[in-house]
Amino acid sequence: MPLPTATVLGILGDNLARRGSVLPLSKRTATRWAEGLDLPKGGDTVIYTGHLYQLIPAIDLMAGLLARFEESWVTRLFGLGRFVNRFISLTFFIQLLVPRRKRAEYNAMLHAIARLLKDGGVSFGYLYEDDLYSGTLAYDEGLDEAFAPHARRVAEAFRRHGVRRVITVDPHTTHMLQEVYPRFVPGFKLEVVSYLDVLAEAGGGLRARRDGQVVIHDSCVYARYVGVIESPRTLLRRAGVPFAEPELTGAATHCCGGPVEVLFPGEAHRIALERVAQLTKVGRRITTMCPICLVNLRKAAGDEAEILDISQVLAGANDGR
Amino acid sequence: MRVSTALAAETRQVEGFDAAACLNCGVCTALCPLGYEILPRRLFRLVLLGLEERLAEHVPQIYSCLLCRMCEANCPAGVHIAENIRALRTIVGRRRLS
Repeated sequence: MPLPTATVLGILGDNLARRGSVLPLSKRTATRWAEGLDLPKGGDTVIYTGHLYQLIPAIDLMAGLLARFEESWVTRLFGLGRFVNRFISLTFFIQLLVPRRKRAEYNAMLHAIARLLKDGGVSFGYLYEDDLYSGTLAYDEGLDEAFAPHARRVAEAFRRHGVRRVITVDPHTTHMLQEVYPRFVPGFKLEVVSYLDVLAEAGGGLRARRDGQVVIHDSCVYARYVGVIESPRTLLRRAGVPFAEPELTGAATHCCGGPVEVLFPGEAHRIALERVAQLTKVGRRITTMCPICLVNLRKAAGDEAEILDISQVLAGANDGR
Repeated sequence: MRVSTALAAETRQVEGFDAAACLNCGVCTALCPLGYEILPRRLFRLVLLGLEERLAEHVPQIYSCLLCRMCEANCPAGVHIAENIRALRTIVGRRRLS
């Protein structure tokens, strides 16, 4: 039988309402990426992670477990699982199963983004334990009753620290703060900019490195929700990284399948395979700009292609690695 | 076939729910990466007509929409398709149809 949608979403909603995230992260796990950067706490301008990069290894692991159960009798026990999870965070144990090197890789991407901004001369702080989950998965699944109070908590954290400008690191969080929060939180008026736009505007900071072409996979949300299309291309050009475009690119980009990974892992994989086939027609070194695209396309590509977050490509250019 | 006026009324109360502007031209269905015939225009008809039982049969399709806006970017009527589908998820969840 298919995964019980209401129960799975119920668990995610319960977690958000009780524990502040669909998949609770310890404060240390959420903030470890910033170690060694000496970012000031708070300030007028902050980098906001929204926890998406930090959550991806656990979401990936959970999706893998759910995929195994997708057609099995185990799904009948999910209702009991939801009941128990209200009192004991079963989903927290998923975090404990995440391999350390996976977590380290996604932390390194966030670290690279912050380094790129610093190298580009951008001044910003970080909210550390008050950098809260953005609520994007809950919102996308229509869990408005759990999302609305959470959004108010996130907005209050920004207000408490005197934040006026937010630099986001992924497309989903950018969309949430630009378009969704103002609808759910009265008076929410922050300037919200993607780090790609900030870097493109800042100029400088990138050093040329010519180590092979990358194929661009645009995120649906960057391309069709918030209009971040040109900046990644500007940055690749500036870094001296040659790039190619698949047939469906920019505003016409094709989805990676990732948004339905949790509830419909089979469908997500099917869509990802389709996209990988489109991308590998052009080249086998692919760059993404969203951690959801990254993980989903990587799983579908296997050894057929190297898939890198654009922060890895740009930071590699910076470090001469 | 039973018509739920409550479903239709609840949908009308959702801010920005503009499925009624759909021309039923089929561009969305043709472009959908999932290739589900029901997504999104037929779903909109079911909800606008208050056909709750029929809508409940298609809950998996409602939740499997990628919200990628490929359809929306090409919709000649400018319908906010992705947000409408997301709103349907909220309604389906509230009415415990899933």
